[in-house]
Amino acid sequence: MHRSEKVWLTLSFGMIMLFMIFAGYQAFALEMGPPSNEERIDPQKVDQTAPFDQPGVKQIGENEYEVVMTLQIFSFNPGKIEIPAGSTVHFTLTSKDVVHGFEIAETNVNAMVMPGYVQKITQKFDKPGEYLVLCNEYCGAGHQLMATTITVK
Amino acid sequence: MEAVIKTASFKEKTNKVMGVNPLDAKLSKSYFLVTFIALLLGGTFGLMQGLNRGGLLELPSWLNYYQVLTAHGLLLVVVFSAFFTIGYFYAGMSHTLGGLLPKVRKMGWIGFWLKMIGLVLVVIPVLMNEASVMYTFYPPMAAHPVFYFGLVFVVLGIWMCSIGAFVQVANWRKNHKGQHLPILSFFATGVFVLLVGATAFVAVEVLFMIIPWTLGWVDTINVMVARTLFWAFGHTAVNIWYLTAVSAWYVIIPKVAGGRRWSDLLTRVVVIALVIMNITGGFHHQIVDPGISQTVKFMHVFMSLAIGFPSLMTAYALFAVLEKTARAKGGKGILGWYKALPWGDVRFLAPFIAMAAFIPAGAGGIAQTTNQLDQVVHNTMWIVGHFHLTLGMSVAMTFFGLSYFLVPYVSGRVLTPKINRLGVIQTILWTIAMILMSGSMHTVGLFGSPRRTSFSTYFDNATALSWSPYLIMIAIGATALFIAVLIQVYAVFNMMFFAPKGETEFPIADVEEGATKTPYWTERWGLWVVLGIVVIAMAYVIPLTDFIVNAPPGSPPFKTW
Repeated sequence: MHRSEKVWLTLSFGMIMLFMIFAGYQAFALEMGPPSNEERIDPQKVDQTAPFDQPGVKQIGENEYEVVMTLQIFSFNPGKIEIPAGSTVHFTLTSKDVVHGFEIAETNVNAMVMPGYVQKITQKFDKPGEYLVLCNEYCGAGHQLMATTITVK
Repeated sequence: MEAVIKTASFKEKTNKVMGVNPLDAKLSKSYFLVTFIALLLGGTFGLMQGLNRGGLLELPSWLNYYQVLTAHGLLLVVVFSAFFTIGYFYAGMSHTLGGLLPKVRKMGWIGFWLKMIGLVLVVIPVLMNEASVMYTFYPPMAAHPVFYFGLVFVVLGIWMCSIGAFVQVANWRKNHKGQHLPILSFFATGVFVLLVGATAFVAVEVLFMIIPWTLGWVDTINVMVARTLFWAFGHTAVNIWYLTAVSAWYVIIPKVAGGRRWSDLLTRVVVIALVIMNITGGFHHQIVDPGISQTVKFMHVFMSLAIGFPSLMTAYALFAVLEKTARAKGGKGILGWYKALPWGDVRFLAPFIAMAAFIPAGAGGIAQTTNQLDQVVHNTMWIVGHFHLTLGMSVAMTFFGLSYFLVPYVSGRVLTPKINRLGVIQTILWTIAMILMSGSMHTVGLFGSPRRTSFSTYFDNATALSWSPYLIMIAIGATALFIAVLIQVYAVFNMMFFAPKGETEFPIADVEEGATKTPYWTERWGLWVVLGIVVIAMAYVIPLTDFIVNAPPGSPPFKTW
């Protein structure tokens, strides 16, 4: 093995280890890990199961909101959400039918929403404006229309 | 060393004298015929999608975007790639192992027809809009049962070809005790082992979960188990096509460039590493899924990143080989040596660009396997840009480059200077178009534009409207790519049926000068398979057990299109 190859492979290994360390530090020390909530739910009884029997926006603290939302072809319930700037929003999500994706464009909110599972993700909205919420997992003929907005005032 | 060169050139001579067995050639030729018809159809669907996504073409209701996308994905990710891979390795085994055994050839044909039957069964429901479920067919979305029967036949065909390859290799090893399997067949063994391993997962998903459920024998399905089994297959499949391209980079391209191979031992180590570690890489598709703990996801970051290491070994090896070759041919300077490489030879140019494309493609892959970075781009157009770099450039351009000797080789014809020139033009057009299209996809994906979504302004939302310029660039790229597909398919048909008759060489590079003998432990395939299973068990036992033991009530089938 040439010296240059040894250097290259050491750098390669080092780079992979750095990725591991950063990913681990962010996930476990800074709590920036990907959405991984582990609660289960009966996908055919979403409407009868708390908290999804009452989907909606609820203020739970100063500048802190909880959004309980169901995803179904081809809509988000509730849609057209309005919140004040500087709010932290905790989303609690599940699907009533097929697999959906929950994405808020221009943020890092991106989560799979599977039937049978309750997914959770949190986002702080500092900048006022209209945020586009869309389904980013193909869910059927109207998938391209499955969208709503979050207005931050 | 002398002796090595002598036996190598002796082998070359016997191959020249005996030529290719016409019966073996016919088998591979049939595979290539299907490969490039699939490319033509898949490319046509790609054009329709690109134009629709750019907002330039409204598709009729009887051939909607999601039908077209399902067909595009299946034709190019499964049919084009699998048929080329099998045709290429069967030709390679015939060439390096002294001709296919008659029973192996028969298995190759049975595999061919099983896959063709499967293909017809898959295509009919897709065309009838009964299976617009995409390449991933995630339950609880349910297609017509015939779609899944078709998939079963495709898998059976792949298994038949894999068994054929194993029989061929075992027979050679029995007759050549203590010898190393010729390198191209070594790659073939790795590829067929992975094909069996990968398709085993999807076979379980389709046979034991989806088919009983779509036929109504059971009411509900466990969506997370199905999804996890799919990705153990889905990602490995594309890595297999990549390993196929890598085999050409190590074994064939150095010869086309006029040089010798990289270290035989390190080449075999790369193959072994990719076989052992590959299947668990699929889990990174589930980084933003619910129901999987942060700890398991973090372990999988390591599992996926580990595959990057042999690829980084490959990156060094290939460019080092090319530099050495160019310098031996009189190339000078720190970088000026590149001038001594055969840039006008499409058999070199296309695979070279394919290799170069793997630098950004691999870097993107490393980003995507890392939890938080993946969350930024998951299910956006970035991902589509990524696999058009990896599959659309690194794999497809290697396959195109190989076709310029493989197709004439199996057809008893030659590559004419005219077709070579056409190939060079095709390569340049493809490169520009793919960079434009994939670059736009990566960019607009970072802004949040989702994948697998037909043209939509989301009720004239300002954010969505700002994506339009990039989406139009994608449409332009898709149009140029379609023209390049037409040129490629024309070139293949010319070389298959109309080019002047003659003998074409199957270029296989010799081992490097002064090479030390490769230790024999590289040939212990039984051990590599066991280690692969151990790694798979480490990766999948915990999450799959959790999905099964702590399963929520299942989901009934839905048809949402």
